[in-house]
Amino acid sequence: MLSDLSRFVVYSLLKLTPDSRLAPALEFFIYDTIKIFLLLAVIIFAVSIVRSYFPPERTKHILSHKREFIGNILAALLGIVTPFCSCSAVPLFIGFVEAGVPLGVTFSFLISSPMVNEVAVVLLWGLFGWKIALIYMGTGLLVAIVAGMIIGKLKLEKWVEEYVYKIHSLGIAQELARQKFKERLISARWSTADILKRVWLYVLIAIGIGGFIHGYVPEDFLVRYAGPRNPFGVPVAVALGVPLYSNAAGVIPIVYALMEKGMSMGTVLAFMMAVTALSLPEMIILRKVLKIPLLAVFAGIMTITIIGVGYLFNAIL
Amino acid sequence: MDIKVLGPGCVNCRKMEEMTRTAVKELGIEAKVEKITDIGEIARNGILSTPGLIVNNKLKHSGKPLPTIEKIKEMIKAEA
Repeated sequence: MLSDLSRFVVYSLLKLTPDSRLAPALEFFIYDTIKIFLLLAVIIFAVSIVRSYFPPERTKHILSHKREFIGNILAALLGIVTPFCSCSAVPLFIGFVEAGVPLGVTFSFLISSPMVNEVAVVLLWGLFGWKIALIYMGTGLLVAIVAGMIIGKLKLEKWVEEYVYKIHSLGIAQELARQKFKERLISARWSTADILKRVWLYVLIAIGIGGFIHGYVPEDFLVRYAGPRNPFGVPVAVALGVPLYSNAAGVIPIVYALMEKGMSMGTVLAFMMAVTALSLPEMIILRKVLKIPLLAVFAGIMTITIIGVGYLFNAIL
Repeated sequence: MDIKVLGPGCVNCRKMEEMTRTAVKELGIEAKVEKITDIGEIARNGILSTPGLIVNNKLKHSGKPLPTIEKIKEMIKAEA
């Protein structure tokens, strides 16, 4: 139905001929724009309702004094459903430490939260199909669990800024208002509009670039550089992805087009994880609570595990 | 009455402070509204996601979406 609509606009309304280069690019653009925005609106709304049941205060309580491993798994899972923006990373980090959440478990949460989120999953689902979306979710969780466990094992508490351990809660009583279901719906509508307002332009630009690559770059263009048989594809993609910072909304339509032109799936997933999970702005925010060696270890472990994921999927997909 | 709005300088935090001050004014009650922007101090108050609202040492709201002015008035009235 959507593809009929986009064909109608391109060939009947604009009267473009199918053999021009512009036509398929435009058709791709119109089709993807409508599809992705529909998916985004529906899923963000649904996830926002779920999230209203998992405020960070509850997550903190669940994770406090949890043992490693079980704690890491729980933290990574809760990272998906707990609403969190990197602007609150510092108070959240201090709150977790103060409540006795182990350092490695805290990291599992901090890694999974920006990487495995509803926007990423929706876009992957819409463009690559549900299997790839599930694989991304699964490996994203795995990276968060493993990286958090390694950080926990390395006993890096000494590289957390000292003042963090000196902060003692004032013991403020929590009397957060219980929300009625109707209020949750209203909040969810607000969150959906809020997220869409923040990402729509990136999504549109990214789909535009995707459409351009779709129509103008020859098929198999990237096979030689980033196909499954180039052993350097994954590390190069990750190295390019680390300094780039974008949310999932901006990066996915681009990697979709790259994949169409021959980039292999593992390389695509690794690139995406590097872009969403490792970001300079978040590092700068976390610098307020973590010393540079710990940030470096964090970035190093993430880079290595993400490269591992890339190779794994290039080998099996 | 002691009211604290907690959050660094983000847009939502400023909006929260504004709404709280309006709510206090409209309720016509005697209250001290304090804005706390220091991150360590925010964490000490048990806030995990900003902005937060504390009335008489009770955490009434934290995070986005912001409550409505009516909701803020209810939270304040509950402590009056």
